[in-house]
Parts: sequence; structure tokens; C-alpha cells
Amino acid sequence: MTQIRRTRSGGRIDRSQPVRFTFDGRELTGFAGDTLASALLANDEHLVGRSFKYHRPRGILTAGSEEPNALVGVTRSPGSGTPNLRATQVELHEGLSARSQNRFPSLGFDIGAVNDLMSPLFVAGFYYKTFMWPKSFWNRVYEPFIRAAAGLGTAPTAPDRDRYANRYVHCDVLIAGAGPAGIAAALSAAEAGARVILADEQAEMGGALLHETGATVEGQPADRWLEAALAELAANPRVTLLPRTTAFGYFNHNYIALGERVTDHLAVPDPDLPRERLWQVRARQVVIAAGSIERPLVFPENDRPGVMLAEAGRIYANRYGVLPGRSIAVATACDTAYRAALDIHAAGGSIAVIADLRERPDEALVAEARAAGIRVETSCVVTGVLGRKRVRGVLLGRLRAGSVTAAGTVNADCLLMSGGWTPNVSLHSQSRGKLVWDEERGAYLPGDAVQAERSAGSCAGVDGLAAVLADGARAGAEAAREATGKAHAPREILAEGGEAGIGWVLGALPHDRDAARVRAFVDYQNDVTAKDVKLAVREGMHSIEHIKRYTTTGMATDQGRLSNMNALSIASTALDRPVPEVGLTTFRQPYTPVSFGTLATTSRGDLFDPVRKTPIHDWAAGQGAAFEDVGLWKRAWYFPRGGEDMHRAVERECRTVRESVGLFDASTLGKIEVVGPDAAEFLNRIYTNPWLKLGPGRLRYGLMLNEAGFIMDDGVVGRLAEDRFHVTTTTGGAPRVLAHMEDYLQTEWPDLKVWLTSTTEQWAVIAVQGPKAREAIAPIIDDIDLATEALPHMSMREGHVMGGIPCRLFRMSFTGEAGYELNVPPSRAREVWEAVWANVEKLGGCAYGTETMHVLRAEKGYIIVGQETDGTVTPDDVGMSWAIGKKKRDFVGMRSLARPDLVAEGRKQLVGLLTRDGTTLLEEGAQITREAVPALKTPALGHVTSSYVSPAAGRPIALAMIADGRARMGETLHVPMPEGAITVEVVPPVFVDPEGARLNV
Amino acid sequence: MLLIQCPYCAVERPELEFRYGGEAHIARPESPSELTDEQWADFLYMRSNPKGVMAERWRHVHGCGRFFNALRDTVSDRFLAVYKAGEPRPDIEAPEPTAPNKETGR
Amino acid sequence: MSEAPLYSAAGDTEAVLAAPGLRVSRTRPLARFAFRGDPAAAGKAGAAFGASLPMTPLAANRVSARAALWLGPDEWLLLAADETAAAIAVGMATALADAPHALVDVSERNVALLVEGEGAERLLNTQVFLDLDPAAFPVGMATRTLFAKAEIILWRLGDEAFAVECWRSFAPYIEGLLVEGARGL
Repeated sequence: MTQIRRTRSGGRIDRSQPVRFTFDGRELTGFAGDTLASALLANDEHLVGRSFKYHRPRGILTAGSEEPNALVGVTRSPGSGTPNLRATQVELHEGLSARSQNRFPSLGFDIGAVNDLMSPLFVAGFYYKTFMWPKSFWNRVYEPFIRAAAGLGTAPTAPDRDRYANRYVHCDVLIAGAGPAGIAAALSAAEAGARVILADEQAEMGGALLHETGATVEGQPADRWLEAALAELAANPRVTLLPRTTAFGYFNHNYIALGERVTDHLAVPDPDLPRERLWQVRARQVVIAAGSIERPLVFPENDRPGVMLAEAGRIYANRYGVLPGRSIAVATACDTAYRAALDIHAAGGSIAVIADLRERPDEALVAEARAAGIRVETSCVVTGVLGRKRVRGVLLGRLRAGSVTAAGTVNADCLLMSGGWTPNVSLHSQSRGKLVWDEERGAYLPGDAVQAERSAGSCAGVDGLAAVLADGARAGAEAAREATGKAHAPREILAEGGEAGIGWVLGALPHDRDAARVRAFVDYQNDVTAKDVKLAVREGMHSIEHIKRYTTTGMATDQGRLSNMNALSIASTALDRPVPEVGLTTFRQPYTPVSFGTLATTSRGDLFDPVRKTPIHDWAAGQGAAFEDVGLWKRAWYFPRGGEDMHRAVERECRTVRESVGLFDASTLGKIEVVGPDAAEFLNRIYTNPWLKLGPGRLRYGLMLNEAGFIMDDGVVGRLAEDRFHVTTTTGGAPRVLAHMEDYLQTEWPDLKVWLTSTTEQWAVIAVQGPKAREAIAPIIDDIDLATEALPHMSMREGHVMGGIPCRLFRMSFTGEAGYELNVPPSRAREVWEAVWANVEKLGGCAYGTETMHVLRAEKGYIIVGQETDGTVTPDDVGMSWAIGKKKRDFVGMRSLARPDLVAEGRKQLVGLLTRDGTTLLEEGAQITREAVPALKTPALGHVTSSYVSPAAGRPIALAMIADGRARMGETLHVPMPEGAITVEVVPPVFVDPEGARLNV
Repeated sequence: MLLIQCPYCAVERPELEFRYGGEAHIARPESPSELTDEQWADFLYMRSNPKGVMAERWRHVHGCGRFFNALRDTVSDRFLAVYKAGEPRPDIEAPEPTAPNKETGR
Repeated sequence: MSEAPLYSAAGDTEAVLAAPGLRVSRTRPLARFAFRGDPAAAGKAGAAFGASLPMTPLAANRVSARAALWLGPDEWLLLAADETAAAIAVGMATALADAPHALVDVSERNVALLVEGEGAERLLNTQVFLDLDPAAFPVGMATRTLFAKAEIILWRLGDEAFAVECWRSFAPYIEGLLVEGARGL
């Protein structure tokens, strides 16, 4: 049984190239040029999936991206693959492996189908009604049940091995959709000299031209003309043709996202090609040529496999050479279904009946059908189908004065239906363009544009091939003129055939069946029936937005393109209000589902973020350092030796620094060079400290507030010359501080003659700390006197090291020990570091990382901005009133420090904490209370900000912010933890060398 | 992603090159210490948050680095004018009615 | 390929990427300065530097082995391949003694990549969102902008040649994305 529904000839498939593929493990054959859907239909396979909620058997409804039913998973290798692909869009390739979804154990026998029998449980709003209580059932019972029972495909388990690419592109005219309107628009716009991008979601461009077999354009068969038109466009270097590319999002200022599927259709993709490519387009003008989609009829059992849209049946016959059934019934309210019936008949198909809802359809069409031997019934409605996994017959009813009487059964295994056409207004709506209700067509059409776009062709309500081509040409010429300012006449394209589709119906059709027992589906993918929509209205949902959320209609992956109009019409009838008064829900991005890979593009793995490394990084890595992320930087965290864990390594590093000397890479510190005659005045206004009298060659610790009076950054500042300062910031704060300074300089004090330059990466910083620091660096210094009298604590000199390498040498400390920081050019930093390292090793010193740095500074009570502070902390709160220039008239944040709430009692203040037992390490962030077991809702007094085992103190130490902390010295407080409260004593926040004697050795 | 005209570079650039800077034309008082607590709190925290035309600060941080001001209609998210820091606010009080094809891609 | 007297590729072994119609290379060190000041100071600076500082936004002025790039109304990037930064700084400090300005050595802060070839525009547009069509981004145009999440200065040296200046720690990220972007371009 191979391809028994294939026509003898015709279609755009390549019959010389058979393609083998598997569906649910079964080997089948199609032809090159098939989609998975057309190949399955060629093999008479209609049952391809199970529905979301009721697990009802489902078939192939459409031939396009709006397909709600035929969702499959495609796998290339175990653990990977893509779920929820529309079989109508999956191109066949040798070895394609596709599986149906949402069924167990098999598609034919699915246990979940019991849901269908329990359907009264799953009516509109069932989540809200069924799973209300008890609350504890939600996590343990309801959610697992719903997750297991409902749903679509299965997410892959392995990481995505495919690559995804990105491309930014600009154009004069972007055309979304390469059907007749889009092709005509592209020809006209390109002729006008515009830069054009033409994108179409299908593998082949041409849209309806690919199956309008009877039509002629410029005297040629439609497909011939199409071929020539595409060749003309391809030859134009200013035109980019993007097949397999969906315009899925229309954003502000004509920024449109396109998703291109690059390799999914290839049996053996070139490993250099990305699987998908995101095109981020900025278009001067946009032509939306998205076409229109046929509307299903809403009648009982309209979801059975074998029920298909009429034009889809025509596409399968004309484009793919596939007959959708052995015996085909047609139910319609629209003329275009006659063309489908006639084409299928001409291709060798058997049309059992055309049941036309209308009393008097177009006489010529009826005559043509009857002349072909097709039975045509007017005022005839389909009232249901026989068969469960496949249509076996079609029930007809006679419409008379609004009531229906049974009119027999037709033997058929396929039913083609047409409720008329819905213009595809999604992109226009996404662009924030309003929609206008057209009563005569029973359709919403694009209203005035908000952005630089226009709709052309059938998505704008234009019918018939000739008119669509003319409208596209007009739109393309207009867009090119608006974009380039150059006028060029639209291309004149004559066409015959492809007639307009007159006639439509909206909403649920009348029938003679037992209303309590049958269901007519509105939203196939979400299993929403006409009854659900009516029930929602009865239960008080009167806004379409509420109806949508209550029933989930229109929330499928097609964003409601297929279902919205019928749902709206049913709601309109139930509410007894005209359609435009019921409203329309928003068409959201994405137009069709987009893979996460396409959205992430190259932002993954090592390239997700810049990874900034210092010039010392490779040395540290070679020494086996562990690293931590600080902002984008990798910083050496600790340097374990011989199997040490972090605790042991840090303890050794701390002791070594205090006993001899340690080497630390501080290159990541932010640096800003502040230059100009007003430099000191500027810093005076930006920092709390006084700067005017700081002499060249001196350093000062600077504290920076925001205007609200809270600490935002700190760092040591050196005065290089009268008009030049070397400012340092925290590692993470560098960009923020520079922006803060630029803000004040540009917008508040533009009169100041001072300029800022980031020098963070102009200087690598080698910190050498400890009593032997001077010994460690002395051998490499060329021309700087290191004697304390010549270079006391908090001073600096410019000079050279190692025979001519420039160096800004700071004598400063962030450890409490005497120390230096060598600022050297990054290109020479490694050699300087290794030279110092050689001396450090001789002196019994070590390299240390950020963890040891943290412990050493905490032992001294030095704060870390962002650890002790949290954006609500003032200088006085952390005991740093000494950093405020008392005589200053103004600085940023000064006025705020006098605000009542910042001088009020009870503010949290920095203190030290020691645990009573001398061994327990507190948890950072833990709350601190007066009572060991405080009464419920007692506010905490404060929290632990830093906590380490201190080798110098010989016990764990902590810093904390506690209400009125400085008045609580000696008090006993508690840190309640799950295992019980920890008793602590409040102590001053300096645990080592409170007098600072060690700084001046 | 919005396009924003930089008055210094004289080109339109994507929003990602810019940083928002809050409401414009709120000058830092000359002598903060002479202000009452209420006046100072007003300067620090009170903003107009209009529905309609809003004068706001932007910085072309990944471009020329300059702060400038813009009038933006907070209803339509459309920029009505951009002007250099220090220049007076242009006299555009009401947004122009939404006209078709007003917003081009550049 | 462009014959830049200013930038020179750091040698074949240093090529980040070499493919038909596409080449990305690291460049030899240059003397670089951030110059900031008002137009009067900038005028004097240009005379002293040997390449005038452009007053037109987004313009670059190259005079043999020196160049001045407009980055903002009070900010320029000065590049020189023919003398040390220290020597240039001394000369300019003297010439600009009475014109307030800031001249800061950033020779070590920045590094540059050359992106050359028929595919240069396309490759850069994998991560740069600007319109690089010669009509919109002509030869000689220079601008600060973004390359993915990294700030760069992009300067068009020729029809098919661009310089990408960035801070040194961002270079591996940019190189990595260029290599990734060139695959299947």
C-alpha cells in the first residue's frame, strides 16, 4: 500500500525522487517536494494526532502554518528534536523521523481518550471549577494530573546541539508573504530601485500561484510566470529572497523579526549551516501580503480525521498530486470550494456531493459542477460525520426557514469544507494598526496604519487573482516611493482565472442532532466547542477577552487565526450584540511558534556574555586557582594547594598575608582618569570627602553617595597632578560611577572644565600586601623611593619597574597590612607579576584570591559596597562620618543626610558580632532578634552582612547592620535559625589591629 | 525596539544604544542646604508622570555619550522632538493626531 | 584588502579568521589617546597631533599613520602608528598648555580587529545592528556602537574593510562571535 492517493500526474513534486520516511516508526514513502502532511495523505494516512484536552483523534485540516491538529515531533538524534511541528510545514527528506503526540500507548489506541468520555468535566472554565479546593491538592494531585493528561509534545531531554544564527538587516521595503500580491509588490518595488526583502514562510515562494493551475498571468500559466518573476527578483542584487522564513513579530518603528528555517528540510545538513536564522529587520516601509485563510464550518464532529478545508484539498491535489480521499464530499458557503471540487475531479478524484448552504449559489458554478457529473445540493447543511478515526460518511440536512431536517447520508471518507475566507490581519494588528469590521464580507480588515506599512492583496480584503496582483503592484510601488522618495509606476500584470471567492458563513451551523450529545469544535487545538463559548457567555463572560481566557479559545499556536471569527460570531449571537461590539482579542507575537534557539541565536554557552579576563588570569589558572564571577569578570577566588578545600586555602592565605606577604590581582577595579583645571572641584562635589587640599602624590579613600544620601560606591583616589586624578571604583560599580559622574558634569555643572576617561583596562593592578610587601617589590622598582618617609601610607608615585615599564605605584591597604598596588600596562602585567611572584615565593608568601581579600578586610571592619550596604545605608550608618568633609558647602547627597528619617534614632548601624560559643559560623543574611524565640511578627533588629572564619581572631567573626547598633556594644542578641537560635554578642566591627599600627611598618 | 534620534550625532539609532534618564528639566537646586525638607523631598522624589507629552532625559551612552532631552508621547510611545541639554523645551503641548504612515522605519 | 598605514595585521599566525572573501585579524599596538575638550582646544590639538580633529559627527580624519575619530561633541579618539604615546603626549601638552582639555593615554585599554573582505558587512551585521550599506555607512565613517553585548568603535576603512576597536578584555568575546558568525554566513 504505497501512495495509493497519489494522482497519476501533475503537482510540483518530483516523482523521480522517492523519499523514505517514518511516521510512528512505520516506513512510508513520498516524493521530493512533499510536506509530511502531503506524503501522509498520499499514503491515505489521515489520523496523525490526538487533541490537547479530550485526546480525540485528529487529522490534517489545512495545508499551511495555521494547522491546529497535525502536530508532530521530529527527531534527528536521541534526546533531541522538536515537538509540536505542523506536519503541513515539515518538508519531507530522506530518513525523516516523525512521531505523533499526546497519545499512549499508540495513536490508534490511546488511553487518554477516556477524557473524551469525561468531557462534561472539561467544559469551559474547568480549571477554575474543578480544581478550586482543597488548596493542598493543587501541587500534589491536580497539577501533576493535568500535566500528564493534557499537553502537546514532549520537550527534548538533551541540550540543543544545533547552531542558531542572527542577522541584522535594513531595507527600503520588506514584503511579508510571497503570494501573488507579495510577488507583484516585490517586482514593482525592485523596479523602482528599492532595497527589497521578500520573505515567505513556505519552502516555495508563490502562494496561490503554486496551485492556481487554471489561471494565466501575462498570457502564461501561473506557475511559469511565477518562475520568471522569481528569476527576475533573484537576479537583482538589491533584492533578498527568503523562503522558509516567517515574519513572526512586528514591533516598534518597523522593526520586524523573521525566523528562517535553514536546515530542517535537509537530509544531511552542512554542519556549518545554522539550523535557524533570526533576521532582525529594520524596514523603511512594509508591505503585508499575508493572504487569507479559509474558515472551518462549525458543525458536529467537524474535527474527525478526513475533515479538511476545501482549499487545502485543492492544494494537495494541484500542488502535491494527492487526492485527499477516495470519495470526497464538499460542504460550503463559498464559491471557491467549487473550484476545489472541480480541480480534484479533474485530477481523478471522486466528488460525492457539493452541499451548499446557500439557497442560490452562482448558477454558472453550479452548472459547471453538474456538467462534470458532480451532485450539487443547495440549502444543504452538513450536520455531522460518521466514523471516529476517519470519516466514513457525511450527514446532510435540508435548511428550510431556519430549521433543519435530515436529508440523508453520503458515503465519503473525506469532507472538504469552506466557511469563506478570513483575511490574515495578524501582522497589521501586531503593528498596532486598528481593524475595521466589514459587514458585507463578514470579516475584519486592516484599518489605518500606525506604522509605515500597508496590507495588499487578500489580507486587505481584495479578491481574485487579477485584482490581487494589481493591488500588490500598487502597494510595492507606493512603499518604494515612500521609502526612497523616487516615484515609479506599479508593474502592470494581466491575469485571468483565480476568481474571487464569494460567499461566507460565520458561527455554529444549525443541525437536527441531539445538542446534548454532539460537539462542534471552534478551536481545534485547544478543544474548545461552540457549546463552551455559549456556556462562557451564560456564566457571565461578556467581554471577548474574558471569553478567550475562560474557554481558551484563540489561545492556540495559530493565535486564533483559524478560530477567532467563528468564536466571535457565536459569542455575538449568544450576547445578542453585533460582532464589532463584542470586540476582538489582540493578535500577539509570534505569528507562528518560534524555537528558543532562534530567539537566543548566538547568546549561549561561552558566548552568552562577554567573559572578561585580566592579564593575570592565565597565570592564576596555571596555579590551579578557583575563579568566581564578579560582574562579567572572572576573578581568582582562592589558590588551593595540595588538595586544600576553600576553607583551608583561605585560612592559609590569610595567615600568610598577615605574617609575610600576599599577591593579589586587583586589575578589575574600575578606574577613571579625571582631568582638567576643575578636577578637584568636581571631585569635591561628587564625593563626601574634601579634595581641594589633597596634594599631588597623595591618596584618599573616597565615599560616593547618590542624591538621596545613600552610599553608592567607594574607592581610593590618587592625585597625579594639580589637574589630574586617578579614581578607582568597585569592580562592579565602574560603569555606574562613570555614568553618575558624566550625568552631573554634563547636566548640572557643564561650566566645569574637567573631563572623564575610563582607564579600567589601561592599567592592570598588582596588589602586594603584608609586612614583607616592601621587600617583595623593592628589587623590581627602578626609580621610586619606597622608604616610609618618602612614600608613606596613602601616597603614590609615578615611575618605572623592571627597567622601564611605566608604573603608578600606590601605597595603600585593603587588608590592614602595609601594602602596595602596582598599576602597570596590561601588556606587561604578566611579566611584572611573575617577577614580584618570584620575590614573594622567596619570602614565603603566597598568591591570594577574592575570598581571602574579603576575610582580611572584614577583620578590619572595612565595608564592601553592596555587601554591608544595600542602597539604604548612609555614611553614619556604617560608622564613616569621618569621610565627610565637615566644612563643605555641598556635595551630592549632602542635603539628604539631614533629612529627618536619616538622622532619626533606630537606624541600622554597622557592628561586629561574635557567637557566644566561639565556633558557630553565622549565615550571611540571617536576621537578628532580641529574643531567642521572638513572638510572631516581631520585627528583626537587623541582619548579618558578612561572616567568615577569621584566622587572625581565631574564631568566626561577623559584621551586621543592627538598629542602634553602636549603643548595643556588649549586648547579647540572637540569630534564630531552623536548628535553633544562635546567641551572639555585639562588638566593635574591627577585629584586628584597631589602632592601624600595622599599616605603617 | 524604538529608534531614537540623537541630536548630537544627528542620526537615528536603536534604543539599545541609549539609557533612559528620567524626567527632564528638574534642575538641581543651587544651594540645597537652604531648602526645607519638603522642598528637598519634592526635588528628590516628586515627578509629573504625565499621560501624554513628557519631557525626559536620555543618554546616548553607547554612542556620543551625551545626555539630551526628548519629548515623548507616553500614550503612543512616539518621540515628538529631541533637543540638546540646556536647550529650552520645544513648544509642543499636544501630540499630533495619529496619522497613517507617520512612523517610518528610520 | 585595504592597505592601512595605520593598522597593520599582527601577522598570519594571528589571523582570527581567514575564509574566502573574509578575513579577521588582530592588529599591532598603536598609540591611542582619548582627547576631550571644547572645539577650540580640539583645533589646537589637531594642529599639534598632525591630523585635525573632525568637527562633523561620526567623521574620521586619517593622515598617513595618524587618525582622529569624532566620538562625541567633546570627545575624540586619536591613533598613531609612528611614534610612542609618551612622545606624543609631551608634544601635545606643550602645544595645549593654555587650552583646558584632557589627554589620556588609552593605548593599552583598546585593541583593534580588522574585518575585511567581500563578506565583511554581512559578518559584522551578525552582531552589529547598524545599516552598513555604503550609502548609510560610507568609507571614513566611525561611530561608537554595540557588537552584541560589547561596546565597540566601528570605523569603515574601505569598501570592504572595517576596524573594530574595543576594550581589551572584550576582544575574545568579539572574536568568538565573529568566528561563530562566519560559519554558514
